[in-house]
Amino acid sequence: VGEMETAPKPGRDVPPKKDKLQTKRKKPRRYWEEETVPTTDGASPGPPCNKKNRELCPQRPKNAHILKKSRISKKPQVPKKPREWKNPESQRSLSGAQDPFPGPAPVPVGVVQKFCRIDKSRKLPRSKAKTRSRLEVAEAEEEETSIKAARSELLLAEEPGGMGARRRRSCRVLIFFFFFHSSLSQHFDLNLRQFGPYRLNYSRTGRHLAFGGRRGHVAALDWVTKKLMCEINVMEAVRDIRFLHSEALLAVAQNRWLHIYDNQGIELHCIRRCDRVTRLEFLPFHFLLATASETGFLTYLDVSVGKIVAALNARAGRLDVMSQNPYNAVIHLGHSNGTVSLWSPAMKEPLAKILCHRGGVRAVAVDSTGTYMATSGLDHQLKIFDLRGTYQPLSTRTLPHGAGHLAFSQRGLLVAGMGDVVNIWAGQGKASPPSLEQPYLTHRLSGPVHGLQFCPFEDVLGVGHSGGITSMLVPGAGEPNFDGLESNPYRSRKQRQEWEVKALLEKVPAELICLDPRALAEVDVISLEQGKKERIERLGYDPEAKAPFQPKPKQKGRSSTASLVKRKRKVMDEEHRDKVRQSLQQQQQQQQQQKEAKAKSTGARPSALDRFVC
Amino acid sequence: MNVNRVAESLLALSQQEELVDLPKNCPLSENEDEGDSDGERKHQKLLEAISSLDGKNRRKLAERSEASLKVSEFNVSSEGSGEKLVLADLLEPVKTSSLATVKKQLNRVKSKKVVELPLNKEKIEQIHREVAFGKTSQVLSKWDPIVLKNQQAEQLAFPLGKEQPAIAPIEHALSGWKARTPLEQEIFNLLYKNKQPVTDPLLTPMEKASLRAMSLEEAKMHRAELQRARALQSYYEAKARREKKIKSKKYHKVVKKGKARKASKELEQLQKVNPTVALEELEKFENARMMERMSLKHQNSGKWAKSKAIMAKYDLEARQAMQEQLAKNKELTQKLQVASEIEEEEGGTEEVEELLVPHVVNEVQMNVDGPNPWMLRSCTSDTREAATQEDPEQLPEPATHEVSESEGERPVAEEEILLRDFEERRSLRKRSELNQDAEPAGIQETKDSSSQEVLSELRALSQKLKENHQSRKQKASSEGTVPQVQREEPAPEEEAPLLLQRPERVQTLEELEELGKEDCFQNKELPRPVLEGQQSERTPNNRPDAPKEKKEKEQLIDVQNLLTTQSPSVRSLAVPTTTEELEDEEERDQRQMIKEAFAGDDVIRNFLKEKREAVEASKSKDVDLTLPGWGEWGGVGLKPSTKKRRQFLKAPEGPPRKDKNLPNVIISEKRNIHAAAHQVQVLPYPFTHHRQFERTIQTPVGSTWNTQRAFQKLTTPKVVTKPGHIIKPIKAEDVGYRSSSRSDLSVIQWNPKRITTRHNKELKKNSVD
Repeated sequence: VGEMETAPKPGRDVPPKKDKLQTKRKKPRRYWEEETVPTTDGASPGPPCNKKNRELCPQRPKNAHILKKSRISKKPQVPKKPREWKNPESQRSLSGAQDPFPGPAPVPVGVVQKFCRIDKSRKLPRSKAKTRSRLEVAEAEEEETSIKAARSELLLAEEPGGMGARRRRSCRVLIFFFFFHSSLSQHFDLNLRQFGPYRLNYSRTGRHLAFGGRRGHVAALDWVTKKLMCEINVMEAVRDIRFLHSEALLAVAQNRWLHIYDNQGIELHCIRRCDRVTRLEFLPFHFLLATASETGFLTYLDVSVGKIVAALNARAGRLDVMSQNPYNAVIHLGHSNGTVSLWSPAMKEPLAKILCHRGGVRAVAVDSTGTYMATSGLDHQLKIFDLRGTYQPLSTRTLPHGAGHLAFSQRGLLVAGMGDVVNIWAGQGKASPPSLEQPYLTHRLSGPVHGLQFCPFEDVLGVGHSGGITSMLVPGAGEPNFDGLESNPYRSRKQRQEWEVKALLEKVPAELICLDPRALAEVDVISLEQGKKERIERLGYDPEAKAPFQPKPKQKGRSSTASLVKRKRKVMDEEHRDKVRQSLQQQQQQQQQQKEAKAKSTGARPSALDRFVC
Repeated sequence: MNVNRVAESLLALSQQEELVDLPKNCPLSENEDEGDSDGERKHQKLLEAISSLDGKNRRKLAERSEASLKVSEFNVSSEGSGEKLVLADLLEPVKTSSLATVKKQLNRVKSKKVVELPLNKEKIEQIHREVAFGKTSQVLSKWDPIVLKNQQAEQLAFPLGKEQPAIAPIEHALSGWKARTPLEQEIFNLLYKNKQPVTDPLLTPMEKASLRAMSLEEAKMHRAELQRARALQSYYEAKARREKKIKSKKYHKVVKKGKARKASKELEQLQKVNPTVALEELEKFENARMMERMSLKHQNSGKWAKSKAIMAKYDLEARQAMQEQLAKNKELTQKLQVASEIEEEEGGTEEVEELLVPHVVNEVQMNVDGPNPWMLRSCTSDTREAATQEDPEQLPEPATHEVSESEGERPVAEEEILLRDFEERRSLRKRSELNQDAEPAGIQETKDSSSQEVLSELRALSQKLKENHQSRKQKASSEGTVPQVQREEPAPEEEAPLLLQRPERVQTLEELEELGKEDCFQNKELPRPVLEGQQSERTPNNRPDAPKEKKEKEQLIDVQNLLTTQSPSVRSLAVPTTTEELEDEEERDQRQMIKEAFAGDDVIRNFLKEKREAVEASKSKDVDLTLPGWGEWGGVGLKPSTKKRRQFLKAPEGPPRKDKNLPNVIISEKRNIHAAAHQVQVLPYPFTHHRQFERTIQTPVGSTWNTQRAFQKLTTPKVVTKPGHIIKPIKAEDVGYRSSSRSDLSVIQWNPKRITTRHNKELKKNSVD
């Protein structure tokens, strides 16, 4: 060690043997080398490769190899322990400094949990060793990928805006300045009193805005730069307007038929099969344009191939309340009998029907996670429903006039348009429903509201009303981090074209729309059973059936027929007893449940305090 | 041909055997006793003739009874007895030397071992195959781990080559590096001049020297000090250990007394100097006293005390000791005796109970005063631990609300009321419990005398509190509702009674929702009975239709509950101050009002009807399994009895509907066959249950849901090949085996000529067997 620690003195330590070696091996002469043989007294040849060092040299790659192997073989867990060094001496760096944070950085468990998709609470039947190993591999894979995803959360640098959030003093001025300036351009009013109440729609990237007035005025613009793309008058009442998958195509529901324009305002198609359309919705991943018509039909138009996928008769009269569930692409229709029905193009009847209001339903909106649905009805009530299987109202509020229009923002803010006033409610976080107790913002407009939409990826709410368009600021409304590959507000034309091709390649078939999109990752049990049955029929026996008990022959005369039969009988009886026991248990449980239910139903005057008593 | 050969050899063998055997068995005596054994021979012949009569082993012997011309050399017959000719017999007469060589040869033939019979070809081949199989499988088993590894490997790369060495960190690469350019050399020079460590050591020599600079004397002194301290400590420890071991009670008593005296002196001094600290000290004493009281130390219940009690009759000392102890006990428990003077002279066991009882009472007292009454329940009643476990989760919240929010607000008031209500109940329960406890103890008088007062106090207190809060509640509710009604436009008439409903209910409901969904559904039905009266008033037009069906009615009420009851809770909360008076809006409002007036109850009825229809439609139809005429009369015009029909009319019961417990929802039970076509319909191999397989396909693979790295890892191809390269079969060297001729597969090709000696041995063994 002493030798290692002392500073190498030039010329003294170098063994004579090395010289020999150097002279022996003929090196090509470099420009910096002098003609004479380099004297060892002069410039020292760096750190002398002393004995120990030289010993280590060949080891190194091997060590590294071992390390790599051990890391791979190690089960990918949430890495909290620092890496174990096999040979600390070899790993010490040249300068002697050691890594203060050895091993990979720790990942918060909560974030990892967010990305885990395997439901481990569901119990599995007993599995063989081979199956178990497969399951283990799957679980390890999931964990690894979720850890990676959790790590990449770091890249989501932007934070959502908010009101009243305390900021550090040093940068407050700067933020104010930025906020002020950016918001100046974001807040604007378009005074268009001539062509009646407007409906509006933002493109998926949040960059473009299209609006259509009832008296035929249709326009599209890049609202950030305020550059007008097109402006036309269709000389017909415009019921609704919607961008298709990109900002280059516009669907306009006119008085008679559905028309499609491009961003120059040139009419590309007139779809006569969709007539008297009142509302439009576009499902971006399926390339479906859903139209609700006065005739009571819900029509799905595949805009990628121009075919009508399904035309469903809702049997509920005029349809003029529609919204989509962004989570599972199910269309929600509101009806005049107070129900909301959920539709998919694959089914002729609604997937579900929810009785929401005593009067007709005036507006429906579903939040971006597909968890909550807000409805407002003629009974002046605004309700928020839980869509995760229960369809029960979570909170209710009676509004003085009832809300005519509803919309959710990306971060779960709820806006309701009541006459010429918009009210915005906010929840605690992204995954919580908006609490209806206190409005977050209230704003009065110059005319009654006719269309509402939050701009994606911006803290902006667009309101179409009889006096034109208002773009107002709502801090904390938009998702701050956008996916550059999915919907990039700053994309160029070329990027848009690339994206279009990719999106078309990844188009989801229309028939896959169902209430639970995760159901596709499940085995079709019914056809599985059917297949099993057919196989048994074909073979004449069940190949997977448990073999009947066959007693082993015994020696010394104990294997008589009678005893064999007896043993068989014993086993059979045991199985039978097990079955009986199980069924008895089930019966008991059922009885208990019934009793409990009865006790609950017959209990005199239940009080809120009862749950503390027992 | 082979068969012939085998047959010949067999023949030869049998002949040889005869050749060997015969000379021993029958001594040659034919020539000598021809005459005298004549009769015997005849007899034998007769016997043979008789035996051959049965025809089984008839044997025709060439018999030569008299001399004949034709004497065939093959038909040399030995008369009678069936004996065979033996070589030795023939050779014996040969005496000539010319035939000696032949004789020798023949002898040699005789002495030579018999050649074994070769096996038939099939057998030989089988043996060869077996041996070869054993060998091959042995050789191949060497590859098993490699095959297994390759099967389990996530990825295989071909052509097989040496693995790339991992990229070494820069510092490792640098360690073998030398400064060569002038610039580098100069830098290193500078570094060395400053004695900057380049390699492992962290400290410069200067630093090291300074570290080493401590003087020898200093170090020695330091060491001596340390040594002394250590020795002292060990002495002290030893002393303490020794003292601890002393068993003499007297000694300990003395020590204790000494300590007590010292402490009291100190206390006196302290009182003069610092009274507050003295008070604290006093408290400590008091605590010690209490501990003594609680313990059974001086209660005559210890081992020592019992033994003394026995001895007390005879031994004066023992009696004294006992009395001493009793006195001590009295002294210690003096304070308590003030409360219950009468029962001083009770037995020890009763005293124990006495000691326990006041604790409970004390706690109850504290309950009322203390800020958090929930915490104390667990101490007194063990039986209700389950309940108390739930409590702390819920109840701290309201408490904090109480603190944080102002008094005038309503929710706080509600919660307070809840709290008080609950508290009162609990205190009541506790009272009854106390009574129960007290009765079996048999000392009710003291009990009542001590606890009754407390209880009466309690009751009064709680009553007061309750009244207080009720009045406050009323006030609060009036405050809460009236201004709102004023502020808003006049609400629709039917909602007026709703405003007067109890606000707590919904509050609790919301809480319940948080508790869990299942609870939620059960509990939602709870408020129904409360509501029913109001509903009957409110919806008179609904009544006439109601008695249609009992069940339906129930459900109907359910739905109505669901739709109507929830609004008031929120209604009572703050409302935005926005109102609008616009001309064109008013018109629309009027229209809406009219619509609202006509909308309403039949919405619910229609929905329920629709739901019933949907349920009916989804139900499977009944199957008629009745056999007419079975067990009863049958014929034209006769129908099977209703009893029988009931018995055999069956519908297979499907799974319960998803919306069974959701009165306001109809969920379609139809299967989406289009989506089902995209689902997996056959379980792949190692899985036996669909849930197992589902678990393996839960994680999405696409880059939309994964990071780029994860996506690449999930989609790595199983086999990677290098384009334009020949993929050669795996060799022993590739996997680290030494290359030997054996390990290679080519050796094991079948080659019959190359069977080794060992094989031959095995073959022989087989043939012998």
